[in-house]
Amino acid sequence: MIPAAFDYESPASVDEALAVIAGAGDREVKVLAGGQSLIPVLRLRMNAPDLVVDLGRIAELRGVRDDGDAIAIGAMTTHDDVTREPLIRQHALLLSLAAQTVADPQVRHRGTFGGSLAHADPAADMPAPALALGAEFVIAGPSGRRTVGASDFFTDLFTTAIGEGELLVEVRVPKHTGWGAHYEKFNHVAHTWSIVGVAAAVRVEGGTIAEAKVGLTNMGLVPIRATAVEQALVGQPATADAIRAAAQNADQGTNPMSDASADEDYRRHLAKVLTGRAVLAAVG
Amino acid sequence: MGTRRISVTVDGVAYSDDVEPRTLLVHYLRERLGKTGTVVGCDTSNCGACTVHLDGRSVKSCSVLAVQVDGSDVTTIEGLAQNGELHPVQQAFHENHGLQCGYCTPGMIMQSVDLLKDNPDPSDEEIREGLEGNLCRCTGYQNIVKAVKAAAKAGSVSAGVAGGAA
Repeated sequence: MIPAAFDYESPASVDEALAVIAGAGDREVKVLAGGQSLIPVLRLRMNAPDLVVDLGRIAELRGVRDDGDAIAIGAMTTHDDVTREPLIRQHALLLSLAAQTVADPQVRHRGTFGGSLAHADPAADMPAPALALGAEFVIAGPSGRRTVGASDFFTDLFTTAIGEGELLVEVRVPKHTGWGAHYEKFNHVAHTWSIVGVAAAVRVEGGTIAEAKVGLTNMGLVPIRATAVEQALVGQPATADAIRAAAQNADQGTNPMSDASADEDYRRHLAKVLTGRAVLAAVG
Repeated sequence: MGTRRISVTVDGVAYSDDVEPRTLLVHYLRERLGKTGTVVGCDTSNCGACTVHLDGRSVKSCSVLAVQVDGSDVTTIEGLAQNGELHPVQQAFHENHGLQCGYCTPGMIMQSVDLLKDNPDPSDEEIREGLEGNLCRCTGYQNIVKAVKAAAKAGSVSAGVAGGAA
């Protein structure tokens, strides 16, 4: 199908983009990042904005830099670049491994880290790892920039703390240098959405789990931190039995949907099994 | 809503055209430039039949707007053969019968070229993963994997010759 007609702007800077959005008045605006969710939606005419603002020409939104105790990832950095970028592999391996599982190679060449986070699809793979690692979201608006913590960023289904007239410009991820990591996802068919996914990062000291961070994909309207699992893991030996026991807490505090792919009980079961697998793989 | 002027190089030829912002790259290629080698399979971003290379990386041309490729370089299946000689991946699909109805083939070949550029000597599993965004309803993928393996082998042989071995 062909999208409904829209006006198109491709600003060259964040300031210019904010001005274009502010100047749109009552017209409905959609922000185009990599377009791998938005363009299919436009094509199916599930959405018909008056104006599409393409961030693809804004060089300052791409790339990764070392920012002291964190790495700063530009919102328009593609999944493919997140997968390959040495700084991310070294300091936030979990993001690199999760990005490698997003959709398929063609989509990863276009789709962006920031676009996926801002879109906040509950089945998307990047929100849970970002939440687990305690990412901070830098949001630019007409009155300057503000930073929102991971626990406050994802507010509802397809909804984030990004307000009207604002743009996600950068994601700061605290360094997790030397941590083991794994993203375990379950889907029925290659390159389809995760039915459940589990993002795990673990720091092991002398055979004991010293710290653990676990995020869940598609176990509710927003990504969820599996805090009960994290607490149960800390201080345990990094063994299969101890990890599987801790993973039994994985559905605590979750609110999974029932849909054509899986009912709620099956999702709860999957969360426990996949958490065990993810943590076990993360401890290596 | 108007049109925008884009300048784009497709299969080595420079074009300048006025397009509606809503025009998908695949429709621009097929309907404006007549490059019907690139096909529309599913219209849902799933099947990968419309895969082309955009600035050297594979993309699904149904999920890119023509206005987004202004200033870029696009290669389609029609730009792979050089001087009447099939590209090694095209030749390998031909020799290994990596197709039945042939509809997915342009996308399969474009994605296979991208895959081999990244990983010149992939395992069967790496080939299957690398082609996971391309659906084939006929072959069961067996001969497609075989063709990519053969192309990888041919590539390494010619690289060896070029390097002075043999």
